[in-house]
Amino acid sequence: MAGGGADQGTGGRAPLIRFEAVSKCFGAVAAVETLTLEIAQGEFFALLGPSGCGKTTLLRMLAGFETPSEGRIFLGGEDIVPVPPHRRPVNMMFQSYALFPHLTVEGNIAFGLRQENAGRDEIAARVAEMLVLTRLQGFGGRKIHQLSGGQRQRVALARSFIKRPRVLLLDEPLAALDKKLRAETQFELMELQRKLGTTFVIVTHDQEEAMIVADRIAVMNQGRLMQVATPTEIYEQPNSRWVADFVGEVTIIEGKAAAPGTIDSTLGTLAVVSRDTGAGKTVWLALRPEKIGMSGERPAGAKNIVAGTVSELGYRGDMSAYKIRLADGSLMKVSIANVNARGRAPYAEGDAVWLSWPADAGILLTS
Amino acid sequence: MQGDSDTRGWGRRAVILVPYLWLAIFFLAPFVIVLKISLSQSVLAQPPYTPVLDLAAGWEGLKTFAAQLSLDSFGLLASDSLYLLSYFKSLQVAAISTILLFALGYPIAYGMARAPKAWQPMLVMAVVLPFWTSFLIRIYAWINILQRDGLLNDVLVRLHIIDTPAVWLSSDTAVYIGMVYSYLPFMVLPLYASLEKMDESLLEAASDLGCPEWKAFWLITFPLSLPGVAAGALLSFIPIVGEFVIPDLLGGSESQMIGQTLWIEFFSNRDWPVASAIAIALLGLLLVPILFYERLQQRSLEGGRA
Repeated sequence: MAGGGADQGTGGRAPLIRFEAVSKCFGAVAAVETLTLEIAQGEFFALLGPSGCGKTTLLRMLAGFETPSEGRIFLGGEDIVPVPPHRRPVNMMFQSYALFPHLTVEGNIAFGLRQENAGRDEIAARVAEMLVLTRLQGFGGRKIHQLSGGQRQRVALARSFIKRPRVLLLDEPLAALDKKLRAETQFELMELQRKLGTTFVIVTHDQEEAMIVADRIAVMNQGRLMQVATPTEIYEQPNSRWVADFVGEVTIIEGKAAAPGTIDSTLGTLAVVSRDTGAGKTVWLALRPEKIGMSGERPAGAKNIVAGTVSELGYRGDMSAYKIRLADGSLMKVSIANVNARGRAPYAEGDAVWLSWPADAGILLTS
Repeated sequence: MQGDSDTRGWGRRAVILVPYLWLAIFFLAPFVIVLKISLSQSVLAQPPYTPVLDLAAGWEGLKTFAAQLSLDSFGLLASDSLYLLSYFKSLQVAAISTILLFALGYPIAYGMARAPKAWQPMLVMAVVLPFWTSFLIRIYAWINILQRDGLLNDVLVRLHIIDTPAVWLSSDTAVYIGMVYSYLPFMVLPLYASLEKMDESLLEAASDLGCPEWKAFWLITFPLSLPGVAAGALLSFIPIVGEFVIPDLLGGSESQMIGQTLWIEFFSNRDWPVASAIAIALLGLLLVPILFYERLQQRSLEGGRA
C-alpha cells in the first residue's frame, strides 16, 4: 500500500538519488522494506516519521555507514552501494554533531579539505568563507567545548559543507536547539540551500520542521513510505488515515459511501466532495480543526452542521484549540484564531456550540 | 534552625577532614620521620642514628637537636657514583619498560575497546585476573620459566629456534619480562578506559569527510586516547622506578636499581640516614612526573566540561 497513492514523481526534475527496492534488516528486524524513492537535483527533501520508522537508516545508507540488505542506491546514475563512505560525494551533519573535541573550530571545518590534500591557501580561503557563511567569524581558534549549542551546530554545518558535497545529509540537525533558535535556523538552512542549490536530505521527527524547510516530504512508518509529496499535499490531501493523523491535528469520522457526494455516519448524512469509491464501502472523512466553523447559534445555510458542547479548551495565544463533545459521544478538534484583541477564547468549557464545515473542507480517505 | 545548620556544617567538615587526617597520619608523619632520619648521622647504637629527639629536654634539647642535623647523607648520594648509577639504572629500566608496555598494551586495549560490548567485561576481567594470585608467587613462577632448564628454554629448543639453552635469568631481559608482565594491567586499563568512551560517531564523521579508516586512527582515535596513554605510562613508570622485587629476583648483580641500593643500605649496611636520603631523593625525582600527571588530569577535567 505504500506505493499506493504516493506521488513518486520528482516534479519533472532529473532524479539525482534513486533508491531502488532497497531493504535493510538488522537481524530479524526489517528497518527498511523494499523501498523505492527518487530525490531530484537541488531538492530540499525531508524524511519524516516516528522514531524507529527507518528514516535514519535510509540516510545512513546514503552516507555509506549501512549497506542495504537488498536493492541498489544510485547517485547521479552510479550505483554507490559498493563505494565506501570516505569516497562518496555526500557529506553528513550528525545529530550529535560529532565534532572533533581535540581540534579547534578551524581544524574541524578544514578536516574534509585536508583529506583531499588541498593546498594551504585554498584551505584557509575556504575555511574563512565557511566561517562567514555560518556567522562564526572570530571563533576559528576556539576549542569545541568553548562554544554554545547553537555555535556547535553551525560548526557542524560548516564542516559538512566545506567539500561542496553533491548531497548534504542532515540527521535531526536542529533537535538539540531550543525552540526559538530552531525556528531561526530552519530559515537559515532554507536560505543556504536556495543560495547554493545543493540537494539537501533532512531526517526529522518534527512534522512542522519538515513542512517548513522541505520542498517534498517522504512520510515513513515501519520501514515503508506512506506518502511522498509536497508539504501542502501531505497536509491537505493525505492518502491515508495514518498520514492524516501523523501530520498535524485531525478528526476522523468513519462512514459509508452513500449517494454521490454524501456519506452516512453516526453524525448523520454528511456532504463531501464526490469521489468514486463505490456505494456501501467504508470510508473515512478527515477534518482539519481550522477548517471547521464554530458558532453559538445554529448557522443558516451551511451543509454539514452538528451540535456539541465544549469539552476541553487549550489557549495558545494566537489561537485556541477546542475539543467538542458531539451527540454520538465522539470528540471533534476545532481551532479558532483569536482575532479579537481582548484576548480570552470566545467559548468556555461546557458551552453549547454548533459546528459546521463546507463539503470541500474534509478529505475522504479509503484507507 | 541555627543549630541544625551548624551540625550540618560540622558534619561536612568532618567528611572533608577524614582524607586529610588519613594523609597526615599515614603519609605526612612517616615522611617527616624519614626526612629527619635522612638528616641524621649513622651510629652503632639503638636506634642506629643520632641525634634522637628528646622532647623531655625542652627548648634547649630541641636547639641542640637541630644543630646536630646535617646534609651529609645527601652529600654522599651526590658524590658516590654508586647511587647516581642506581638512579640512572632505575630511570632507564622504567623508561624502556614503559615503552615496551605501551607497545604491547595499546593494541590489547584497542582490541578490547573494539570488541563486542558483551565481551568487554570478560576481557577486562582477563586483564585483572592475574591480581588474584600473589605478586611474589607470580615472580617466582617466572624464575621457574626463565631458568636454564625452565619452560622457555624447553620450548625454544624443541622448536629448534635455539640449539643450546640460553641464559635468561639474572639479566636485564628477565627484568624487562618481569616488569612488562607485572605492570601490563596498569597500562591496559587506563588506555582501555579512554578508548572505550570514545564516541563512535567521530570515526563516522571522519570517514564521511573523506578520511580512510587507518588514517582516522591517527587523526582521531590516537590523539583522543592521549590522556589514557599518559595515565598508563605514569602508572607504570612511577612504581617501576622504585621497583625492588622484580630486579632483585630476576635481575643480575652487575647493576642495581635504586630500590635494591636502598634495601642494602637499610638492611645490610644498617645506614638508616643514607637509606632515608635515598628515599627522599627518589621522591623528589618522582615528583616531576607526578606533578605533570596532575596537571594533565586537571586539563582533561577542564576540557571535559561542556
